[in-house]
Amino acid sequence: MPDFFTNLSSFKPVFLWTDILLLLLLASMGAIGVYVSGQEHLLAPLRQVRRRALAMAALTVLLSYIGIGLLDSLHFRQKLPQIEAGQEIQYSPEVLSLLDLVVGRLRKNVERTYSAPLATHSFAKEMIEFPGGVKKRVFPPLSYGGAHLTDGLTQSADIKQTLFMGGLTGLFLAFTLFLTFSFLLSRHHRSPWKKTLHALRNNQYETAWGAILITLSLIIIMVSIVIPLSAKYHLSGTDKVGQDVLYLALKGIRTGLVIGGLTTLVMLPFALFLGIAAGYFRGWVDDLIQYLYTTLSSVPGVLLIAAAVLILQVYMDKHADSFSSITERADIRLLFLCLILGMTSWIGLCRLLRGETLKLRESEYVQAAIALGVGRTRILIRHILPNVMHIVLISVVLDFSGLVLAEAVLSYVGVGVDPAMISWGNMINSARMEMAREPIVWWSLSAAFIFMFGLVLTANIFSDAVRDAFDPRLRSR
Amino acid sequence: MTAYIVRRLLYAFPILIGVNLLTFLLFFVINTPDDMARLHLGGKRVTQEAVDKWKADHGYNKPLAINLSAQGSGKLTETIFFEKSLRLFFFDFGRADDGRNIGADIRQRMWPSLAIAIPGLLVGLFVNVTVAMLIAFFRASYIDTWGVIVAVAMMSISSLFYIIGGQFLFSKMLRLVPISGYDGGLNAVKFLILPVIIGLIAGVGTGTRWYRTIFLEEIGKDYVRTARAKGLSELTVLFGHVLRNALVPILTGVVVVIPLLFLGSLITESFFSIPGLGSYTIDAINSQDFAIVRAMVFLGSFLYIIGLLLTDISYTWVDPRVRLN
Repeated sequence: MPDFFTNLSSFKPVFLWTDILLLLLLASMGAIGVYVSGQEHLLAPLRQVRRRALAMAALTVLLSYIGIGLLDSLHFRQKLPQIEAGQEIQYSPEVLSLLDLVVGRLRKNVERTYSAPLATHSFAKEMIEFPGGVKKRVFPPLSYGGAHLTDGLTQSADIKQTLFMGGLTGLFLAFTLFLTFSFLLSRHHRSPWKKTLHALRNNQYETAWGAILITLSLIIIMVSIVIPLSAKYHLSGTDKVGQDVLYLALKGIRTGLVIGGLTTLVMLPFALFLGIAAGYFRGWVDDLIQYLYTTLSSVPGVLLIAAAVLILQVYMDKHADSFSSITERADIRLLFLCLILGMTSWIGLCRLLRGETLKLRESEYVQAAIALGVGRTRILIRHILPNVMHIVLISVVLDFSGLVLAEAVLSYVGVGVDPAMISWGNMINSARMEMAREPIVWWSLSAAFIFMFGLVLTANIFSDAVRDAFDPRLRSR
Repeated sequence: MTAYIVRRLLYAFPILIGVNLLTFLLFFVINTPDDMARLHLGGKRVTQEAVDKWKADHGYNKPLAINLSAQGSGKLTETIFFEKSLRLFFFDFGRADDGRNIGADIRQRMWPSLAIAIPGLLVGLFVNVTVAMLIAFFRASYIDTWGVIVAVAMMSISSLFYIIGGQFLFSKMLRLVPISGYDGGLNAVKFLILPVIIGLIAGVGTGTRWYRTIFLEEIGKDYVRTARAKGLSELTVLFGHVLRNALVPILTGVVVVIPLLFLGSLITESFFSIPGLGSYTIDAINSQDFAIVRAMVFLGSFLYIIGLLLTDISYTWVDPRVRLN
């Protein structure tokens, strides 16, 4: 791997649309963070979230998903080897991401077809010619999975050994992390180490450090077991064309995050602007906006999405020349899917914002501002907007998991992401055929299931904590 | 009361017009009949004559909104908008790309959809409300905490997994019910059990949590405290007072989806090969039959608006305060 980094000029960065928007999303999240840090009424509930052990554990897992997703969002094209000196520099048409480099072998070790997790031999029998001209139907050995095994080393012994070494490394790393962190923490609070341990266990800090440390340790141990194993074997098997399923599941993270995150980013301006405008101006503006969203919401969501995606397909077929690569085409389709999903999902938030603005408009401080002659724009930005922010925060985190789940369903219906794009939805979709085989191919479904479940569950737990903290009705209970 | 309903009806009409205009925009303006023809004839190397012939065969060979070549009122009536879009108002859905009558297909396929959707709704409602009541009864205890955790975990699993897993477990491993298919009459029962159960399991997490919130909100109110102060047992309070009051949000939540039951469920029907409207829609999407998708979009919106109307009416029925205003 290091030789990749020695010569940076051998890369040509590629910025896909969703990459740019994801970075924009990050930037706007940063901006919101800065904004929130100056707003006491938003900070107080966030402090409450920070103290909750379960929420912080969920956030840790979420952040590691986001980390992988971001790694997968930095795309580039590699330089092709020069065939003759003085030739113009050419770049590979294949768009890779930083994640592809990091996982390296996972991407490249492609078998011929299905193989079970940790298998050394193919899943299906093939006719093979043995030396001496004898032809036999046998399970052919895999080209990469367990290829390092020799006669003296059996598969199960090797796996046990790798598991043991990986677990040991993981425990060591986790322990080091724990020691370093608790030492730093006790230095910071100027308290003896023993007291720090006690405080960690009883969740006495402003941030639930204990939960974060435990989650991080578990992740570290898991990763240190997975890395050596997946280097030697296909940890979750291979799919129909022999690609490593673990690699596919990892690549699916980005697709899920883009759908969950970008859709919100896309719809947020609409919902904010229309919702506040309807609530504040009332009269015909309100009537018009209400009519608009009632009409849109009366079309069943899946059907509207299906109709829009069908039309998008027609459009993309017509303008097939304007996309330079499959990756680019899949990316544009993903972006439009986000736009379309955004079109159907802004309505709920808009309705909430309208209601809240209607209420705020009559509040004393807004009336006072009007009486003092404060301009309309200023009232909207200084007095209304900060006081509806909590609704925006709640609905952003609440929508996320639903959108990730929707991706799978839409891909199944055939109106989801591009079939060429790696996504959990597409993996599940192909699993339908695999489950009908005898014996069944269960690993791609399980891998997609575990990765998706992890993301959606942690997002749900985190969003619950955020909602509990921000929703005053629930807090009083 | 009548005036109220009439007012709601009048309010629903413009929305229906809006939906109609939206489908017209999506299916004829953004995606022109030429595109549709090319899509079906395949690729770009299609001659203009072939496109024109396809359009003529399917009745798309007219101007979009105004026909200048026609006489009198024909200027407006001999157009795609009038023939394809406005006719939807009279439930004249026209013909699919393969020439079948969409309206007749819908009437025929409606019944399997209902046969699976109605039991699904009733069983789901009963189980969700019961479980939520139990959790509310044991509120702020371990049962409550773990109930919510299980509910959150269950709603974090995609419905596709429930279906694939359920089919595998009940049909392939245990061989209790057929994996998929449909039959008329009472024979349908054995095909419907599995989808209904899986639908129940897939929805129980979301449903329980939703109803628990409603119950907890009611339990916090003053009349509950009064009932307890009278010395009523917790069970009487829950079933006699809380449940009755919580029925208002429950009922309105259910009423709005009743008309949509006709549409069936896309995923369930296609996995279990039930010949309902859901699988009809999926087939249409896969074969890119825009006429059917358009008809289903309009029908879906129509049913949704009916649902909203029914919700309004049921509100006035269960909550006299609405009627008096």
